[in-house]
Amino acid sequence: MKVVNKLSWMIGGEAGYGIMNTGRIFAKTFTRGGLNVFGYNEYPSLVRGGHNVYHIRVEDDPINAAVKPVDLLVALNHETIDRHKDDLTNGGGVIYDEDVNLEKHEIKSKARLYPVPLIKIAKDIAGKDLMKNTVALGASVALIGYDFEILASVLRDTFKKKGKAIVESNVKCARAGYDYVSEKGWHDGFTHKLHKISDKKKILMTGNEALALGAIAGGLDFYVAYPMTPSSSILHYMVAKQKEYKFFAKHVCDEIEAVNMALGASYAGARAMVGTATGGFALMVETLSFAGMCEVPITFVVSQRGAPATGLPTWTSQTDLKFFINAGHGEFPRIVVAPGDAKETFYVAAEAMNLAEKFQIPVIIALDKYLSESVYSIDHLYPKRARIDRGLIVKNPKKGFKRYEVTKTGVSPRTLPGTPNGFYACNSDEHNEFGYSNEEIKNRNMQYSKRMKKLKEIRKVLPKPVLYGSRKAELTLITWGSTKGAALDAMHFLKNEGINVNVLQVTYVFPFPTNEINRVMKKNKVLVIENNYTGQFASLIREHTGVKVKNRLNKYDGRPIYPVEIIHKVREVLRNG
Amino acid sequence: MVKPADLKTDEVITFCPGCGNYGILAALKNAVSELGLREEDVVIVSGVGCHGHMANFVRVYTVQSLHGRPVPFAMGVKIANKKLHVIVLSGDGDSFGEGLNHFINVMRGNSNITYICHDNIIYGLTTGQRSPTADKSMITKSTPFGAPEIRIIPVKLALVSGATFVARSYAGDIRHLTDIIKQGIKHEGISFIDVLQPCVTFNKINTFDFYNKRVYKLEKARHNKKSLASALKKAEEWGDKIPIGVFYQERRETFDEFFKQKQPLISRNRSKIDVSKTLEEHK
Repeated sequence: MKVVNKLSWMIGGEAGYGIMNTGRIFAKTFTRGGLNVFGYNEYPSLVRGGHNVYHIRVEDDPINAAVKPVDLLVALNHETIDRHKDDLTNGGGVIYDEDVNLEKHEIKSKARLYPVPLIKIAKDIAGKDLMKNTVALGASVALIGYDFEILASVLRDTFKKKGKAIVESNVKCARAGYDYVSEKGWHDGFTHKLHKISDKKKILMTGNEALALGAIAGGLDFYVAYPMTPSSSILHYMVAKQKEYKFFAKHVCDEIEAVNMALGASYAGARAMVGTATGGFALMVETLSFAGMCEVPITFVVSQRGAPATGLPTWTSQTDLKFFINAGHGEFPRIVVAPGDAKETFYVAAEAMNLAEKFQIPVIIALDKYLSESVYSIDHLYPKRARIDRGLIVKNPKKGFKRYEVTKTGVSPRTLPGTPNGFYACNSDEHNEFGYSNEEIKNRNMQYSKRMKKLKEIRKVLPKPVLYGSRKAELTLITWGSTKGAALDAMHFLKNEGINVNVLQVTYVFPFPTNEINRVMKKNKVLVIENNYTGQFASLIREHTGVKVKNRLNKYDGRPIYPVEIIHKVREVLRNG
Repeated sequence: MVKPADLKTDEVITFCPGCGNYGILAALKNAVSELGLREEDVVIVSGVGCHGHMANFVRVYTVQSLHGRPVPFAMGVKIANKKLHVIVLSGDGDSFGEGLNHFINVMRGNSNITYICHDNIIYGLTTGQRSPTADKSMITKSTPFGAPEIRIIPVKLALVSGATFVARSYAGDIRHLTDIIKQGIKHEGISFIDVLQPCVTFNKINTFDFYNKRVYKLEKARHNKKSLASALKKAEEWGDKIPIGVFYQERRETFDEFFKQKQPLISRNRSKIDVSKTLEEHK
């Protein structure tokens, strides 16, 4: 029996083998054929050694998450086999180098073994074994019966910058792998087949790339960061694009410098964003509070990883929702937004900057390692949808301008330095309407409540949670951030089983969408899905609606929540009434 | 041209009577006035400490940032709008206690900013604790038997960190300080000015009298400000004779020259951004 256009492929080996690039190339090979792809990487916090994998799921139906089973495994070392042999499906196969001693009895499933002289082929063609991954890509394409020319085109585009010789060796290596498998006739026995379904190439990007490009399209002027996994690739993207799009991006000396530079730039009129992981965000918190006090807009993008402390630097987590909501001394309004996939992230990037500038507040975009580094295939993105809203900026103020004028909405028009008569003090001390330090009771109450009033205005414009699936369902899965993908896939799978669930994705998490959540809680049984121990969102539901969440799915081992885990949990919840 | 008196706000000045900050405030206004700067193009970014209150007293764009963080804030302002004259006011506490890395980094990066350090060798606002520029023997509330750390010499640290304009002046000599600030603002690149500032309430050692007896002007001492070696030698001088004036000056590529910024970043045309070419690269 053939399985058409449905494949789970994985390549694994030692860190330093170039596995991430190889995975990315393979993912693009399929998005160029119009197929849907989800790519997920796992690696330890090491530069060399340790175990790296890149896992790609390809289907003609939309897919939103990584899964555990593997149909075709490329094992560059024996460790890959040891770690993933139990994930192999019965119709699957293993491509491995002849040098890897692999006995059939080691593998329990009916997966077939395909020993290919990966290293020898690479050495014969390129003089060194570096391109053995590329040989394996060619071999994989042959097994699944996919168009070799599409792989060749991706290799050509990927290595274009490295010169003709590198391009040609890569294509030759891939071809040799392809020919080796074809000559052996192995493709006949391999059940999974993929073929191009459309001339329309899909967009392939990680959450971090979507964030960066979305921000650039949304008029980002200024991005600074200090490297920290899993946020570093945003910085890499920004610095690579800054000349083309004429904005400023820089790796600066630490997180505290980064956030204060960004706040200074924003004060002077730049659309500014600062990026980090949660540990770095911890260092920025004092300045977050300063932004709250001086009402200078700033957008943070923070990718969560396993914590506390250095934690699991390269593994995913959703343990910092409450940290984002509560970080910073004192009370001040903020927005926390947790997009669920790369497409949402693209639009959120621009919208976050708009909201920051419109309300003159900090906005925190919460990502996590899974969203930051996984690759998503996207049909369309419309950069022009990213309308730029700079909020209230006064160009010709009269003398006696009041920067912190008490207004109905709490938002006071601001001036940028350089504007005649627009003087004010941008002050970390409590201040009067001109910004000058003032500790009087009446003034304190006026300024404090003016700032807090914005929350009400924010609620009016903040995008609402989005319901996926049918309006009526036996159970509503509630997600925020990247767990959306696994929930959607679980929903589709359960539908085929005749179980009707829907998914409520809460992307704009704070200010908390109390009314919308209340409505859902009253109407339906819910299951809250989170990559943390304590159930932070579930706890927010109780805080804001008074209703205790009975059903929770929590996971905190650094690995993403897989659709199958949700499916099991849903069955359990429905069974128990 | 704006007169120093026009740069006054209506706020009541809260420095102690006789505080060295009065001299610095006067010199700062003089410098802005004498250079003929448009007051709306001047941004003063202070830290937190007694000096930080100056954000309330000068009618230009002022910022009282966080303790130890005026430098990165100011760097951000300058990157966003290079037309602005950005002046950092910082205490010895928020230069060398909190956030010392910013000090070294801004010198290395040569941002076109003027950095004025109100160096009173004491923590004034928190009522008299030891500062990083104090001698190890100095007895204060927080150091009842002194401290193991030797003093930081701001001028020396600026020199070894790569500053391109390094000077020292004295709050008791407003004319000298005015001229030094003017030179600092005109300098292309980072200009660091260490200002000897008596704290009349909490520092009973480094008083006006102490400095009046000791300071002498480098301008009159045939000092070669192009020589880093001579500057470093002069930086070590402290005791019976304390040099003030420009220790060192060089012309080096500035931060915005490195980034080839011709127009202020904030003037870029955001409506013309079209990322469709980059989207194609993702296909």
